[in-house]
Amino acid sequence: MKMDMSQYLDVFLEESKEHLGSLNQRLIELEKDPGNIEALNEIFRAAHTLKGMSSTMGFDDLADLTHHMENVLSDLKEGILPVNSAVIDIIFQCFDRLQMIIDQIEVNGSGTMDNSELISILENIKAGDFEAAATIEQEISTPGTYQESFTFNEYDITVLKEAVSQNYNIYNIKVVIEQNCLMKSVRAFMVFKAVEEDGEVIKSLPSAQDLDEGKFDNDFEIILISTATVDDLEKRLGNISEINTIHIQEININELSSKPVITNKVNNIMSSSDTMDSPRKVKQTVRVDIDRLDNLMNLVGELVMHKGRLEQIGSSNKIGELNETIEQIDRISTDLQAVVMKVRMVPIEQVFNRFPRMVRDLARDLDKEVEFLIEGKETELDRTVIDEIGDPLVHLLRNAIDHGLETSQERLKKGKPQQGTVILRARHEGNNVFIEVDDDGGGIDTEQVIARAVEKGIITDRDAEQLSREEAIELLFDSGFSTARNVTDISGRGVGLDVVKTKIESLSGEIFVDSKPGQGTRFTIKLPLTLAIIQALMVSVCDEIYAIPLSSVDETTMITASDIKMVQNQEVIMLRGSVLPLYRLGELLLISGQSDTDEMYVVVVRKAEKQIGLVVDSLIGQQEIVIKSLGRLLGGIPGLAGAIVAGDGHVRLILDIITLF
Amino acid sequence: MEETVNLDLRDSYSQDDEIQVVAFNLGKEEYAVDILNVQEIERVLNITRVPRSTNYIEGVVNLRGNIIPIINLHKKFNLQAEGNEEEKRIIVFQFDDFKAGIIVDEVSEVLRLGKEDIEETGKVYGSINAEHIKGVAKVDSRLLILLDIFNILES
Repeated sequence: MKMDMSQYLDVFLEESKEHLGSLNQRLIELEKDPGNIEALNEIFRAAHTLKGMSSTMGFDDLADLTHHMENVLSDLKEGILPVNSAVIDIIFQCFDRLQMIIDQIEVNGSGTMDNSELISILENIKAGDFEAAATIEQEISTPGTYQESFTFNEYDITVLKEAVSQNYNIYNIKVVIEQNCLMKSVRAFMVFKAVEEDGEVIKSLPSAQDLDEGKFDNDFEIILISTATVDDLEKRLGNISEINTIHIQEININELSSKPVITNKVNNIMSSSDTMDSPRKVKQTVRVDIDRLDNLMNLVGELVMHKGRLEQIGSSNKIGELNETIEQIDRISTDLQAVVMKVRMVPIEQVFNRFPRMVRDLARDLDKEVEFLIEGKETELDRTVIDEIGDPLVHLLRNAIDHGLETSQERLKKGKPQQGTVILRARHEGNNVFIEVDDDGGGIDTEQVIARAVEKGIITDRDAEQLSREEAIELLFDSGFSTARNVTDISGRGVGLDVVKTKIESLSGEIFVDSKPGQGTRFTIKLPLTLAIIQALMVSVCDEIYAIPLSSVDETTMITASDIKMVQNQEVIMLRGSVLPLYRLGELLLISGQSDTDEMYVVVVRKAEKQIGLVVDSLIGQQEIVIKSLGRLLGGIPGLAGAIVAGDGHVRLILDIITLF
Repeated sequence: MEETVNLDLRDSYSQDDEIQVVAFNLGKEEYAVDILNVQEIERVLNITRVPRSTNYIEGVVNLRGNIIPIINLHKKFNLQAEGNEEEKRIIVFQFDDFKAGIIVDEVSEVLRLGKEDIEETGKVYGSINAEHIKGVAKVDSRLLILLDIFNILES
């Protein structure tokens, strides 16, 4: 009987990625501190689960590789092999391979890859340093090898001794379930039930819980104390179907206590992992398709909209009872909105977690010493933003390490610490999230930037002389700009900061650069907390109403026609000492009929660091709006970010300040 | 009793050899679209114009919370609008991944057209591009231009 597993593929991929994520993170921890037993345990657990999952799904190459990884890892755990850089490197390589295979599975549904070279290295590692230990082990316990897999702490041994004194026998039972058995956990349960008729299972590998949840390969082992004989047990277990082989072996209690050193060490591992396990189990989660959340968000948006309409009716009709009810609905819908938004929020950790590894590899390739710090990884962002923000950050980090940081020699010459520091920082501020990539490198060499820009024909020699430092740095975002003199594998492949900027802007975000020569560079990305519901300023122009996202509005002011001056054919006003270019919103939108009055309302909006004034006919007020897409037919019109349905049922358009002018 | 039976027969017959269309007027001409793509027919709602869009985009409307773009076929096909404002309707189409509407001067009826009555055409009719037309149907003495609405909206 073969069941179609494809329906589980999504779950498999998602979970595998999660495990790979934790594997990656823990590996880095382990590399920093080879004595970190918790990390090692976590890595082992991740590899083990991956093995189980992949063999269930029939991805044999994946299962095989993880199996060999697990072998080495288990030796590391037991202290039989030392945790050194060679071992960690090979595990990193295996990790990369696992990632490749899983990517392949994601793309075409099957992951076959020849991993023999990695496997043979793993085998060598295991055999090489392990040879001596293995022979000793075998002398002690013939023919079984349970000591390798089972570990007993003092408590266990006391229990076992107690059992022996009461004429119980101790058995080690290995059960192999048929390869294509679909309900392994049930078989395991039946085995437990059969042997526990006149005894008790003291220990099992994997744990009873994992067995219960089916998180194991086709085999498991148990330690049983029982009054039954080997024959009895064999007979009983033989009656359970879908079981391949049963191996029952009686254990002599004295052998167990004869290895106090390992027992002690194992004891430590067990206790530390126990304390880690207990709090983690408490949190229960449900995986939800993101589409459903989007749908929920839409419905809540609709509700908020109709609530607005109700409020209007309520205020014009002045019915006490109605108003009370509306207030209630208002409160509930506000809460509901907050909850739905929260549900969509994901800690940025998800994105950040993959960076330490990347930075480590980069630093290695470039032969630079980098200390990489992450701050605020618990900061939460809307899921849609999280999905998009990874690539721009990769680019900025690469830039920071490749272009930003100097080599160790240069740093020493300049009197800086030999090790460069790169900080990735996320924090909330109001309705925005700020992500910063900070390096203590050489800063941006503006002269080089300008020379390069002239060379590339982006600016002329004349322009170059007049550029301020800020303007020169702005040039970095020009398309096709790359300051690295040598095209390296890391960055400088022609795809530059302009791509980063475009991406950030498409997320309604902004990017700033702050660079001090000789001291370092900081890129700051400012992103809205969510893209679905925002605060907006409603304005009217030519009898039409538009919404301007409040995040782009700096202030509003009223001017008279005589305030307007002309500079190079451009209308400007002086606003607190600085020159503000003025545009008529009607003209920008190519709609005619904007009235020319003596008194004019001006909305001061900001695009990156530039301010302009938009002349509108009147200001209506601030409103919470639910953004809706204009759809495929109308998408991509510059200056328009989307639409909203106003309380009166009319559609209003949302202006996109960044692409408006 | 007999009538019901007849109707049933006609329905099963229609699946292969007939299509149902919504017939409407644009200017002085009669047009039709396959009813399978039609989601609903609405009175002309408040249309919000969309600046910077192509000229034949009339604007967008709110249809129960959905934002629907409205195409003005008069402008697209260079036809003069005719008839009573009261008779104007919006026909809303639903495709796999988008919705859109067109403004018509009057919706006349829902018709069944026999496939043999539809003449495929490669010729250009007036200002309408040939690929926007699925064919021309003869119903009694009337000529109905069968529009390929998906193609029109996509272009």
